[in-house]
Amino acid sequence: MAKDTNTSDFRYIGTRPARPDGLDKVTGRARYGADIAAANMLHAAVVRSPHAHARIVKIDTSKAEALDGVKAIVTRADFPTGLTGEDWDLQENTMAGERALYDGHAVAAIAATSPHIARDAVKLIEVEYEILPHVIDVDDAMAEGAPVIREGAANKTVPEGMHPNVVKYIEFGHGDVEDGFAKADLVMERHYKTEATHQGYIEPHACMGQLGADGKGEMWVCTQGHWYIRRMCAAVLGLDTAQLRVTASEIGGGFGGKTTIFMEPLALALSRKSGGRPVKLVMSRSEVLRATGPTASASMDVKIGMTKDGMLTAGVANFRMQGGAFPGSPVDMALYCAFAPYQVPALQHIGYDVLANRPKCAAYRAPGSPMGAFAVESLIDEMATELGLDPMEVRIKNSSKSGDKSSYGPKFGVIGLEETLAATKAHPNMSIPLGPNQGRGIAAGYWFNHGGETSVSVALSEDGTVQVSVGTPDIGGSRASMALMAAETLGIPYENVRVNIAETGSLGVNEPTHGSRATFASGKAMHGALTQAINEMCRRAAGKWKIDPEAVEWRDGAAVPAGPNAGQFPPMTIQEIARKMKNTGGPISGHHESVPDGVGDSFGAHVVDVEVDPETGHTKILRYLVVQDAGRAIHPSYVEGQYQGGAVQGIGWALNEEYVYDNMGRLQNPIFLDYRVPVASDLPMIDTVIVEVPNPGHPFGVRGVGETGITPPLPAIANAVAAATGVRIRHLPITPTKLLAAIKAK
Amino acid sequence: MSKVHISTTVNGEAVEFLADTRDSLLDSLRDSLGLTGTKEGCGTGDCGACSVVVDGTLVCSCLMLGVEAQGKQIETIEGMANGDALHPLQRKFIEHAALQCGFCTPGILVASKALLEKNPDPSEEEVRYWLAGNLCRCTGYDKIIRAVMDAAEEMRGAA
Amino acid sequence: MNYHNPSNFSDAARIARDASGVTRFLAGGTDVLVQMRAGAVTPHDIIDIKNIPGVDAITRTADGGFIIGAAVSGAQMGADADLVAAWPGVVEGMELVGSTQVQGRATLAGNLCNGSPAADSVPGLIAAGATAQIVSADGVRDIAIEDIPAGPGRSNLVKGEVIASITLPARGQGGGDAYLRFTPRTEMDIAVVGCAINLTIDGDVITSARVALGAVAPTVVLVPEAADAIIGTTLDDAAIAALMNVVSAAAKPISDKRGTAEFRKDVVGVLAKRVAKIAYARARGEAV
Repeated sequence: MAKDTNTSDFRYIGTRPARPDGLDKVTGRARYGADIAAANMLHAAVVRSPHAHARIVKIDTSKAEALDGVKAIVTRADFPTGLTGEDWDLQENTMAGERALYDGHAVAAIAATSPHIARDAVKLIEVEYEILPHVIDVDDAMAEGAPVIREGAANKTVPEGMHPNVVKYIEFGHGDVEDGFAKADLVMERHYKTEATHQGYIEPHACMGQLGADGKGEMWVCTQGHWYIRRMCAAVLGLDTAQLRVTASEIGGGFGGKTTIFMEPLALALSRKSGGRPVKLVMSRSEVLRATGPTASASMDVKIGMTKDGMLTAGVANFRMQGGAFPGSPVDMALYCAFAPYQVPALQHIGYDVLANRPKCAAYRAPGSPMGAFAVESLIDEMATELGLDPMEVRIKNSSKSGDKSSYGPKFGVIGLEETLAATKAHPNMSIPLGPNQGRGIAAGYWFNHGGETSVSVALSEDGTVQVSVGTPDIGGSRASMALMAAETLGIPYENVRVNIAETGSLGVNEPTHGSRATFASGKAMHGALTQAINEMCRRAAGKWKIDPEAVEWRDGAAVPAGPNAGQFPPMTIQEIARKMKNTGGPISGHHESVPDGVGDSFGAHVVDVEVDPETGHTKILRYLVVQDAGRAIHPSYVEGQYQGGAVQGIGWALNEEYVYDNMGRLQNPIFLDYRVPVASDLPMIDTVIVEVPNPGHPFGVRGVGETGITPPLPAIANAVAAATGVRIRHLPITPTKLLAAIKAK
Repeated sequence: MSKVHISTTVNGEAVEFLADTRDSLLDSLRDSLGLTGTKEGCGTGDCGACSVVVDGTLVCSCLMLGVEAQGKQIETIEGMANGDALHPLQRKFIEHAALQCGFCTPGILVASKALLEKNPDPSEEEVRYWLAGNLCRCTGYDKIIRAVMDAAEEMRGAA
Repeated sequence: MNYHNPSNFSDAARIARDASGVTRFLAGGTDVLVQMRAGAVTPHDIIDIKNIPGVDAITRTADGGFIIGAAVSGAQMGADADLVAAWPGVVEGMELVGSTQVQGRATLAGNLCNGSPAADSVPGLIAAGATAQIVSADGVRDIAIEDIPAGPGRSNLVKGEVIASITLPARGQGGGDAYLRFTPRTEMDIAVVGCAINLTIDGDVITSARVALGAVAPTVVLVPEAADAIIGTTLDDAAIAALMNVVSAAAKPISDKRGTAEFRKDVVGVLAKRVAKIAYARARGEAV
């Protein structure tokens, strides 16, 4: 049988080999979304609304049609009708119907023989708009008199009397908060705001789609989840799902923003209309920022009660989030995560999902959790400071432990927050002396991680090497982790495993590489698939040896008798079994489909030292430490990479990144010049500590690690700035403008 | 509008292509010459994913016209390795896990190579400021900087 | 788009004068190509000046000044040791434009003619007293840099005029210049505020000065009263305080996505203080 994996005595896991796709990626050979061309290919461009909210009165495509080289034009009229629910939302976002709902909303699309002609044709399409009042801010969008984005979009959770822009309401909690506040020595209530940010992946969305009159289609697309793309395109276009085959290219970053469709159906629709020619559609950077899926902006009120010894007695969180012109802001997840690191006797959570004239939000790395952490961790820090308590001790005192009931209901399994906080407290960074205008901030953070639909298959090649087919695109090195786990399970060299990201025609449904699930879920399913293959290989050996298959086990890449009673046979290597497999029963493979349980939560704690220039409000990051529980780091370098990447996105979100709108509701900073992501010279090295409290739900103890890391930076930096200046900024980003004004006002 | 015939040298090889006068050099490299290793991340010179070297100078190819390639010596990521022999920077990037999605990697490798040819012994700060125009959203830059400094050390030792 | 590759400035000017549609000159292209890609401008004619002999050269005038050809890049300027030694404020301004890659192409003339009030090279050029040589079909003229910007995105050059070179005067003895800007990130941002100061000293006393402010008005502005605040002083605390007050008062900034007017007024004073100290130290021959 398969090797017992409840051990930490690993041969491959925990090592740092070269990733299998490394050579392709350092030579420029790897092919991303836009790195494709086909015979007879057309190039697409999209006409987008310049208005935040407008009725589309008329679209005149005649001048564009007359331009030499234009081969197809589509509008909403070319899409099927009758969709409902989320499918309708996707279709409406892909191509505007009666109204343009945000600056950048697609209203028409063109396919032409060159990108220049397509872009020229965009200018020739005449759209008559009737401009409508718009609303941008989440609190404004809930207020009486706010322009209505869509009537009847609220679901049944929303109480009577709320503005139609409130589409979802959530309320949950436990205990008696009034009693809890009465027991506190200090009760504080504060208001916090965060602005919309974008995942900021460097690769713009790109695809090539081909759809024939027979309803059969092919798509090449950079995506985190090609089954989602397939299902969504099929729904939006009225296709049979299995007739559309989607291949995932290499992906230049996603962070949640590429788990859904934005313009992909347009390529297919244009292809169909052009007689089935392949159509390549690549977004420009400004289209990406205007018309893909930034995260929500949030307006939050938090009230906490704390005893003078630092015990939390009660908490109330009221979060309002806008996710653009469609339901789906992550307000629920923000509330679930907000107090998760702590055991609080009484909690009340209230949340509102609100519509606004902004693009349809998509997931961004632990969606909602950073916003909630910003509010709760800032307030806990402020209260600790007020009471003269050590902020780290306050975290430790209240921290959730394995088996505790979580703030959002379910009991935690085995979790590693205690160990993470202890490792943070003990780290040398905590005792580095600080100079003038410098301050240190800490914060904890949490993400549940996710299982989700998973289908994996494995197969033995004729020479004993092994191929693994997974459906989770490799965003950050997961092929290496898969190959390490496969090598460990099979007892064969890492180099003898090839991991392929299969297209939708080759596997059952797979959820995207999101929810920090690839190493966990694809890894767990791969383990199941390998176990099936190992069982078959043992059966082949048993057949040769004429013993019971139960008497054969697998060790170090070979079938061996299970014990001295089974018989004296030399190990039958995987190579030998492979060489003979066509004569012993045929091809050997394994497959595994599941929605795996046993997901492991990941807690993290960050420590950041900043220096603030008191004359300009400029914040410099001096030192940054990420401590996080990975369960088991399959390839430690890529775990460290997730920690560092999440931290730096959080640094950008805390200090500089935000969507800026003018008074007409148009996005003012749709390019990287003024949408300011951190550059190399802004940052120090990012120190990391991998804590390993294995997750019993995974054969190797894996917890997802990708998302938690973006959660603590927002409050940690706000806390560090407060320590450095005495000033609390409760509205992100902490720009020099805001900070200087606050310093002067002190 | 008829296209312009361009003769240029890319990675040491003489090549020819037809350029629409509105094509950027990036468009020409990717679409006319099929060299898709150089990437477009922004089209505005803010991300560095399109970095190439033209007549010995590091530039953004999205900020040059394809017609400006006439008579130039252009170096792209495809020319960085010497057959099977990877450049030390390429090896170090793999070794240090200095890439996650890999999209920014060609631009950063080309830019880093240009740095080390100009300054074989850069400080960490010098590396960071040289690479400020190469955005990476995945790594937080830490392992990239380590890989560049390690490659520089190896190249100095070999020199 | 018609691409022209003239071999002299008279031809370049004539092509521009006779063109009927939108025309752009092409030096480094680091503004023009961005605008083309954004669809903000689609030139009917683009006139590449880079193949004109001498256009990428830095030459010395008889009295020790510098003539910088219109296609000289920021990187080339930074590599010219004499230029860096004489006018570090001008060079550091140009070297803040964009990234290393942008530096490989961007030019003083392009940065100037693009007309951004936040252009990083312009305050230093104005503070230095630089001039531009303008070529047209009618001939050649020299004008002070401060007379070129007309407003955001606009210059005072008329159709058919092209900048052939920019001239910096001789540094002379006892002079120093410097430029600082404020940006939220360390690199890659447009200046929220910029300040350049060029001064000369005799002993400890400042005998002449020029103070230019960027991003606090529709154009880069030369502020004579700011110079007056420090001329005749040893840049003591009182002089610095006076300088800060004058520049804050002279600044007429707007609030936009990059900063509020109040922030710009505060920070321009802070920058003027810091720049003056650097320019003064350079004038004294101190390492900075």
